[in-house]
Amino acid sequence: MAIELRAVRYRYAGASKDALQSIDLRLEPGRVLGVVGANESGKTTLCLVAGGFAPGVVGGRLEESARIDGVETTSIPTHALALRCGLLFQNAATQLSNTTATVFEEVGFGPCNLGLVVPDVIERVWWALKAVGVEDLAPRDPARLSGGQGQLVALASVLALRPRYLILDEPTSELDPAGTALVADALARVASETGAGIMLVEHKAEVLARIADEVIVLGEGSVALAGPAAAVLADPMLAELGIEPPERIGLERDVRAAGLDWPAVLAEAPA
Amino acid sequence: MSSASVATGSGLPEYVTRRPGGFYRSTNPSTKLAIAALEVVAAFAVPGLPGPLLVLGAVLVSGLAARRLRGLAVLALAASPIVGSILLVNLFLLPGASDPIARLGPLAPTWSGLWFGLQTVARLLVFSTAIALVYLTTAVDDLLADLARRGLGRRAIFVVGAAVQMVPRTIGRAAEIVDAQRARGLDTEGRFWQRARGVVPLAAPVVFGALTEVEERTMALEARAFSAPGRQTLLRIPADTAFDRVLRWAAVFALIAVVGLRVAGRLG
Repeated sequence: MAIELRAVRYRYAGASKDALQSIDLRLEPGRVLGVVGANESGKTTLCLVAGGFAPGVVGGRLEESARIDGVETTSIPTHALALRCGLLFQNAATQLSNTTATVFEEVGFGPCNLGLVVPDVIERVWWALKAVGVEDLAPRDPARLSGGQGQLVALASVLALRPRYLILDEPTSELDPAGTALVADALARVASETGAGIMLVEHKAEVLARIADEVIVLGEGSVALAGPAAAVLADPMLAELGIEPPERIGLERDVRAAGLDWPAVLAEAPA
Repeated sequence: MSSASVATGSGLPEYVTRRPGGFYRSTNPSTKLAIAALEVVAAFAVPGLPGPLLVLGAVLVSGLAARRLRGLAVLALAASPIVGSILLVNLFLLPGASDPIARLGPLAPTWSGLWFGLQTVARLLVFSTAIALVYLTTAVDDLLADLARRGLGRRAIFVVGAAVQMVPRTIGRAAEIVDAQRARGLDTEGRFWQRARGVVPLAAPVVFGALTEVEERTMALEARAFSAPGRQTLLRIPADTAFDRVLRWAAVFALIAVVGLRVAGRLG
């Protein structure tokens, strides 16, 4: 049981070079894999390939093996992909169906598409809203939510399909710090309570430091660094790849560079 | 065979099972569509001015019953430039008109031009207000749910929903872009030519942004099992009373009769 990419190469239709080169990746249920990288490093493409949307929905050419639970993504119908792997994109506004009047119905849009009976739809909607922590938004108009709230509703909408894996493409990139905190809290809750495997593409290393088990760093379409989150996010190479380390790690580095004892400084710091 | 199964179970929150209040607002969306279609066809099929004026009166009475006269008045106000230009062009330039009202130098407004202009304006107002009244008194999701129940496929329903919601979304996006371009020094309130020059920097982001959005929306919908085979569950369906059905079929038969009479040349 895992999303598994082996030596994957992917090229968009009409492109002159590969967007992804020799990518190896494994995401198991219950684990959180963080992905960071500079702009144009292939993060969104990796999301589409891992979720089976490339080449299935967006076209292009995939070489070698991309599997979800042992099945090649290219042989899974699109609607069945949605049941195995939930995809969340950057812009909350474009993820709403625009055909519903309340958040409750919006979250129920996916289960309704599956033709589930009404009690099952209701049960899934409440479960998803609770998992994300936004039950109180249920009566609201989805078109009138803040950016952070909209992204949480989009997350709940994907969760309502009960996928084994979640792939989140920079879900906080268009959010202010308050919205980012909202989404980060919800992701931490989802990761611990649903048992889903989560691949989280995120510019904000703080968010990854908080919830990721492992992190890979992409550079020009290939994996430049990979390993446990704490080790990768503390790697000095991160800055060379254009990634800002988490604040705490940057601070530790500055303290040590100043010749001070980091554990001692930490012990003296106010709680 | 309907492509959607209907929610009959309980347990749904009240804000999902809500019913619109008021006579016209609670009328079934398909019935309102049938009535609007009859009004538009009748206004164009019946020659002369009294017919379209009578239909316009019927639309306004419906608007009064639905308490949406104010919305229709705003629409009429927005249409006033085109209404004015239709009247002026026909008043002075109707081909073949030879019954002048008065002589104003080289110009001669005519009675037949005035008559034809008023008739055209009445038809235009019936067309716009009848459709606007459906829009103003029907929640989009009610309309879509009703169409789904009647067997329209989910893709067709999505197209209808997206088309209905495209107008306010595009207006909102255009307003954001106008603000952004103003902040960068674009003159959007100066003289006519200055404003005309500003159209391209405003229109291009609106159009290209909408196209990009389509791709994102498509992927987001697919990620929510939009293309799953089989019936889609409906959480709520608008009421369709016996009165609704009678009204709807009466409108459909009346529409057919109007078209038939028009084709047979019996409407004068």
